[in-house]
Amino acid sequence: MATAQTTALTRFQTLFLGTIGILLFLGIWSGLSLSGLVPKQFLPTPFEILSKFVQLLSTPFAGGTLQEHLLSSVLRFAYGFFLGAAIGIPLGLMMGWYRLLDEIVSPIFDALRFIAPIAWVPFAALWFGTGIGGPILIIFAGAFPPCLINAYRGARFVNRSLIEAAQMLGTSNTRIITEVLLPASTASIVAGLRVSAGLGWQSLIGAELIVASTGVGFMMVQAQLNISTSIVMSAMLAIGLVGLCIDIILRWVEAAVRRRGLA
Amino acid sequence: MAVITFEGVRKSFGHNGGGFLALEKIDLTIADKEFVAIVGPSGCGKTTCMRMVAGFEFPTAGTVNVDGHRVTGPGPNRAVVFQQFALFPWKTVSENIALGLRNKGVEKLEREKRVHQAVELMGLEGYEGAFPHQLSGGMQQRVAIARAYVLEPDVLLMDEPFGALDAQTRTTMQEELVRIARRNPRTVLFITHAVEEAVYLADRVVIMTRRPGRIKEVIDIRSVRTAEKWDKYERIEDVMDLESFVHWRTHIWRSLREEKSGQDR
Repeated sequence: MATAQTTALTRFQTLFLGTIGILLFLGIWSGLSLSGLVPKQFLPTPFEILSKFVQLLSTPFAGGTLQEHLLSSVLRFAYGFFLGAAIGIPLGLMMGWYRLLDEIVSPIFDALRFIAPIAWVPFAALWFGTGIGGPILIIFAGAFPPCLINAYRGARFVNRSLIEAAQMLGTSNTRIITEVLLPASTASIVAGLRVSAGLGWQSLIGAELIVASTGVGFMMVQAQLNISTSIVMSAMLAIGLVGLCIDIILRWVEAAVRRRGLA
Repeated sequence: MAVITFEGVRKSFGHNGGGFLALEKIDLTIADKEFVAIVGPSGCGKTTCMRMVAGFEFPTAGTVNVDGHRVTGPGPNRAVVFQQFALFPWKTVSENIALGLRNKGVEKLEREKRVHQAVELMGLEGYEGAFPHQLSGGMQQRVAIARAYVLEPDVLLMDEPFGALDAQTRTTMQEELVRIARRNPRTVLFITHAVEEAVYLADRVVIMTRRPGRIKEVIDIRSVRTAEKWDKYERIEDVMDLESFVHWRTHIWRSLREEKSGQDR
């Protein structure tokens, strides 16, 4: 039998096999649910979830419709994510250029980054309660490290002669960072942003389970208290879809950057 | 004015037993507006000599001075042309050429005028808006030379600038360099392993030994060129046919071959 490493599949075959996988998954799921092997209350059929999903778009639950909760989650995500990028990218580039800064910041950074974003939740709850600051801090904790690491690595691995060329042309340190290190690291930075967005979005939902008063995570907790599995699963579906959208947007940015030859 | 002096220069790389001695006892004075080519077997440290004038490396012992001042770092009075061009891929031809002038604070109108002159000098008209990856190797090196010349540097440092080009493009570039160097003389330190190129271009050719690199022989080509009237000939192949050219080319070849066979042993 051919292995994954040796066989190249056509586009059609890939699509076909993928569809079979999804259908098989949905089939087994529906079978389990309909046969009564698992109580329907705990495992609704895919169709029931889909109709619940559509219903939630117009009928409010826990203080808002699904899209209202999503909007509030996406906004929180955007704050934390942009804050992470706005601090992480310049700091990473500067650490890649100034040896002294690198030596000062690296130990703190290396110690803090192994604290998982979710481990910041109790601290965030103590500081900010259920306000906007808590979730932002948690997303920041997830989104910041990949931004910093990729900008740093990008800056460190810039072709040596480009830096030397800039120096012999009399370019100042600041300008070397903005005009040489930044453009030369763009591909690495965008790849970091993708990882960062994924981590940020995942940590956000975790944060909302505990510290929020709106948002998809909050909605899920309320549904859990009402033992409404179909709402919990609808929210999971929504989280997955939004996460996919964010990744698709950044993948598109990545491809655009690569096309412009900035890699 | 730009005089380059090497005084008792020694350079070693690495330390704690893992290092090696790259250069030893380098004493050399390059006069103002003189064109000096350094040839030597690969790994002999000829590029390191240039990099110490550029301010990218520093001697382990001895001094490298430009106009009596010790070199402490890179600067636009010593422009470098790199073997792999080192153009900024995200900048257009004009932007690449203009960067050094912008750094100097030259005003926009003056800058555009000088960039245009450099573009004309290097035959780059029509490519001002192109990005480096859209150009051939020869054209990219023209941009790199324009980027260096536009600064009107005292010293021009060239590190095997034509090494990455095909034979025909290289010949054209050599002829052009002679044309430019005559119109606009600078102090030039030219690193190469191509003997004919060195004899054709330089006022003096410095031959180096294998590692650790030392100066083996310095040959005054300028007096030969003047005596034998090489400058009458437009084309490189005509000069290369001259008896005096062949004589010195062969002399340098033999000298280098001794070094290379020593290396093989």
